[in-house]
Amino acid sequence: MELLYNIFVGPFAEMARAPDLLVQTLWEGLVSGVLYALIALGFVLIFKASGVFNFAQGIMVVFAGLTLVGLYEAGVPAFLALLITIGVMFALAVCIERAVLRPLVNQPDIILFMATFGLTYFLIGFGELVFGGNPKVMIADELYLPKGAVDLPMFGGLVSLQKIDIAAAVIASAMVAGLAVFFQKTRIGRALRAVADSHKAALSVGISLNQIWVIVWFTAGIVALATGIMWGARSDVSFALQIIALKALPVLILGGFTSVPGAIVGGLIIGIGEKLGEFYFAPAILGSALGRGVESWLAYFIALAFLLFRPQGLFGEKIIERI
Amino acid sequence: MFYREAGQFKTTYAADMAVFPILQDKIGIAVIVAAAVLLPFLGAAGIVSPQTQNFLLQVVAIPFLIFSLASIGLNLLTGYTGLLSLGTAGFMGVGAYACYKLTTYFPGVNIIVWVLASGFFAAGIGVVFGLPSLRIKGFYLAVATLAAQFFLQWCFIRIPWLYNENASGAIEVPQRTLLGVPVTGPTATAETRYFVVLAIVAGLTWIASNLVHGRIGRSWMAVRDMDIAAELMGIKLFDTKLLAFAVSSFYCGVAGALLVFLWYGGAEPEVFSINQSFLILFMVIIGGLGSLVGSYFGAALIYILPIVLRLLPESLGIPIGGATIEHLTFMIVGALIIFFLIVEPHGLARLWQIGKQKLRTWPFPY
Amino acid sequence: MSLRRIAIGAAAAALLGGTALTTVPAAAQETIYVPLLTYRTGPFAGSGIPIADGMHDYLRMLNERDGGIGGVKLAIEECETGYDTKKGVECYEATKGKNPVMYNPYSTGITLQLIPKAAVDKVPLLSMAYGLSASADGTVFPWIFNPPATYWDGASVFIRYVAEKEGGFNKLKGKKIGLLHLDAPYGKEPIPLLENLARQYEFELKLYPVPAQDMQNQGSVWLNVRRDRPDWIYLQGWGAMNPTAVKEAVKAGFPIGKLVGVWWAGGDDDARAGGPEAKGYKSLDFHAAGADFPVIKDIQKHVVDKGLSKYPKDKIGDNLYNRGVYNSMLIAEAIRNAQKVTGKKVVTGEEVRRGLETLNITEARLKELGMEGFAAPVRVSCEDHNGHHKVYVAEWDGTKWTKSTDWIEPMKDKVRPLIEAAAKDYAAKNTGWPKRTETCDRPS
Repeated sequence: MELLYNIFVGPFAEMARAPDLLVQTLWEGLVSGVLYALIALGFVLIFKASGVFNFAQGIMVVFAGLTLVGLYEAGVPAFLALLITIGVMFALAVCIERAVLRPLVNQPDIILFMATFGLTYFLIGFGELVFGGNPKVMIADELYLPKGAVDLPMFGGLVSLQKIDIAAAVIASAMVAGLAVFFQKTRIGRALRAVADSHKAALSVGISLNQIWVIVWFTAGIVALATGIMWGARSDVSFALQIIALKALPVLILGGFTSVPGAIVGGLIIGIGEKLGEFYFAPAILGSALGRGVESWLAYFIALAFLLFRPQGLFGEKIIERI
Repeated sequence: MFYREAGQFKTTYAADMAVFPILQDKIGIAVIVAAAVLLPFLGAAGIVSPQTQNFLLQVVAIPFLIFSLASIGLNLLTGYTGLLSLGTAGFMGVGAYACYKLTTYFPGVNIIVWVLASGFFAAGIGVVFGLPSLRIKGFYLAVATLAAQFFLQWCFIRIPWLYNENASGAIEVPQRTLLGVPVTGPTATAETRYFVVLAIVAGLTWIASNLVHGRIGRSWMAVRDMDIAAELMGIKLFDTKLLAFAVSSFYCGVAGALLVFLWYGGAEPEVFSINQSFLILFMVIIGGLGSLVGSYFGAALIYILPIVLRLLPESLGIPIGGATIEHLTFMIVGALIIFFLIVEPHGLARLWQIGKQKLRTWPFPY
Repeated sequence: MSLRRIAIGAAAAALLGGTALTTVPAAAQETIYVPLLTYRTGPFAGSGIPIADGMHDYLRMLNERDGGIGGVKLAIEECETGYDTKKGVECYEATKGKNPVMYNPYSTGITLQLIPKAAVDKVPLLSMAYGLSASADGTVFPWIFNPPATYWDGASVFIRYVAEKEGGFNKLKGKKIGLLHLDAPYGKEPIPLLENLARQYEFELKLYPVPAQDMQNQGSVWLNVRRDRPDWIYLQGWGAMNPTAVKEAVKAGFPIGKLVGVWWAGGDDDARAGGPEAKGYKSLDFHAAGADFPVIKDIQKHVVDKGLSKYPKDKIGDNLYNRGVYNSMLIAEAIRNAQKVTGKKVVTGEEVRRGLETLNITEARLKELGMEGFAAPVRVSCEDHNGHHKVYVAEWDGTKWTKSTDWIEPMKDKVRPLIEAAAKDYAAKNTGWPKRTETCDRPS
């Protein structure tokens, strides 16, 4: 009975008691959800077009961030560094296509998945060799990213919104909108969707798979760069950031591997669910000693719960199996 | 020329179905076992210095065997049953912590018994986290097993009962003896521990080999190749998948207990982190999915190769800093993973088979 | 087909290479071999690099300036651990044949692995202000040393500092004090002491664990901080967790001057990440930051200017760099002491253990070392392998660490019983833990 009270009444009473904190919690959840969604977006793009579960997305985030900061520290002006970094991500996409994807075409999914592990290892070694293992401070000011906070008086309290978080949300939304337009309206976008539907059919109508892959990986690289800048501005750019990419996995399974809106919705559900769970429910259920720091696994359980009802994720294509 | 089965006739069905049907294979395996048994005597025989001997056992042989066992465990699940798991380290941790608790409560019982028994605890937990596999497939399942990984690791950190409320928050292995000889704890010699590990790993490999060649293994493979078809043929998916999870977790659990009790001698929860899971998965895929010998190859490549790479510049007299070597090691290992996948996506085990086939026809091309 | 053949060859070579290990070359007899287990890679590299360079540069400076210690050159070798226990143990096994005089594991995980081995292999372990707090009890852990202070000392100094700022210990009553810690054994270490003190001084202890994979994603933790509004926060973090915590504190509007880090949260990069708002962030420390000391000047002259250091010139004197220097000073003094105790030039691990037990670095000695004002005197005894020495609170002034308080004495009377109990507990749980048989030298 007490347990039921702790689940169904306690947390909500707590929420009602301090509505400003609730708003703050929801906002924090929203922001981290957007940031998770950004990482997940990179995964989805690549999975859609090449069927590769790209584990290297996390290290690509770090690599892009490091390149940007490294170039700036080497004396390159900030926006030129940004341009060069985009160039580097393009070169990376070409290299990956040449060295990894092309020779492995038509292999089982797990082999391609494994290959991206190899890529991760390679990029970790390469990145540390070139830029050193030191964490670097993101050049947020030089890129004219806003800082400071907006304090909104609300429900008798203060809700403070970080400008950088607002910027992250805006940039993420712009990116998703841009990608949606790109997918729907452009020639290349249509080709991409064709490849996603069927490799063979796409090939037969004259779409170059190699070209498409380069484009997709390049796009994922740009998404990685945006993610790197945002996460970097929130903490700093270091190799530990790579671990955060794992947080995108529950987002992915929740949203479905192939759906761009799924990544967004999944990100928001995970972000908000995780914060609410950590903040309100876990301490009520597990007690204040045990119930903190449950964030590390909560997201996976939320995703798992959804999966039991929809095994292909919220927005994933329905799996039809035939003998 | 030498590796040829000409003249060896199978007269019974059992002989035809043997794991090592060819005489040369039997000789080969006997040589390998003999070499493994004789390895600790290299130092006594004066072939290598005692330090090298110790290094060879402590840093190379013991962990190699333990990781091989863990990859066999994961291979049973991923390679034979087709269920991708990223929670291996979590299950290994269950084994280690179970063994620790058991030997705390019953210090009189032989530690080997507890190492093996701890596998059953891992199996139990494995079954619980295997339940979603009945509904979720492919990469979706992989992410579900991550839930197990993170949840279990959180438990190892957060539940003080699991580590006996030690102030250090880590488990420390007490000294336990077997027939009066210490097998765990700091005073146990590398040779003793090596033999214990070797015996357990060899024995479990033998059992695994029998499992996968028998009815159970075949039903696992049927499920892997297409589970709906397997179900239509009368294989109960529920039982088969969960059995795969149980057996796989058992192997991982024993490997985890061995890892802590016979190698590390103590462990922080960090030992069973997600990176360990990935490492075992590398071993399985590089070694070859659905191959026991491949698990050994994979463990050798992924675990021993970086050690060799790290030692190489020093022995060649090339002055490179430790950090640079480490970076290069990462790059080389990454590049090698991709290289091997391109050359032979079916893993080192497949290369081994090709090599054997070549030997058979040698010196003729066909 | 040919590619396949190459691959078969490569696989065979890799497997062969694995078995045909190269023999480890023995160190020459007339040197003292000092292995340094360092980490310049991995997620914690940011803290590892300055420490590694500081340790290396000081010992190198002794070689260049004085020709080693007591006329014997030091053979310094770094082994990369990546903060990974597996590689740390590998490093230990690979180097222990070369007659090492001492190990500095530089990771709590690796320290825990090496503690039982040290007694068996007869080589002392110096885990400077990290590792197992209980190992400060020399009667149970004759081979392990962790001067100058344990985490429990650190936490007690923090409470003493808070009491001083609040105007006395009686003012602590009813205050909320938070512990923001890495959710790992290292981070949880101060909890028992803080709980003890919380009972005694009747303040409320709030715990804010940060899971290792969420080091850079601390949003929810700081939401909790916002709700609880603790008066002070003690930060027991490491690596990327620290800069993130400082940034989040600024964002959450937590008064940054009331965030006090343990000494491992006192990196220059940790504070710098917070930008100008991080001014006032505090951290415990047991040595000074900055390059204005004769010892650092000597390092610059003999090592850096000759291009023998890997550390960026302008960052010499960073807090964590100086920590490496301090650590190496302890190593060097222990070796010198061992030479004095035994009268030998080339000492072994066993003898350096005796050197460590009689270590007594006085104010005068510090002056000789060019470390006047750099560190407080350190004294280790057979029973007390730590000394529970004074630490001070450093403050970030926006560009560098400055000394903001005088040296503060830890609550030794609170810490010592805990240590002895924990040591006894350790020995009891590890059946077969050897009784101390090593004799105790008279301090010279």
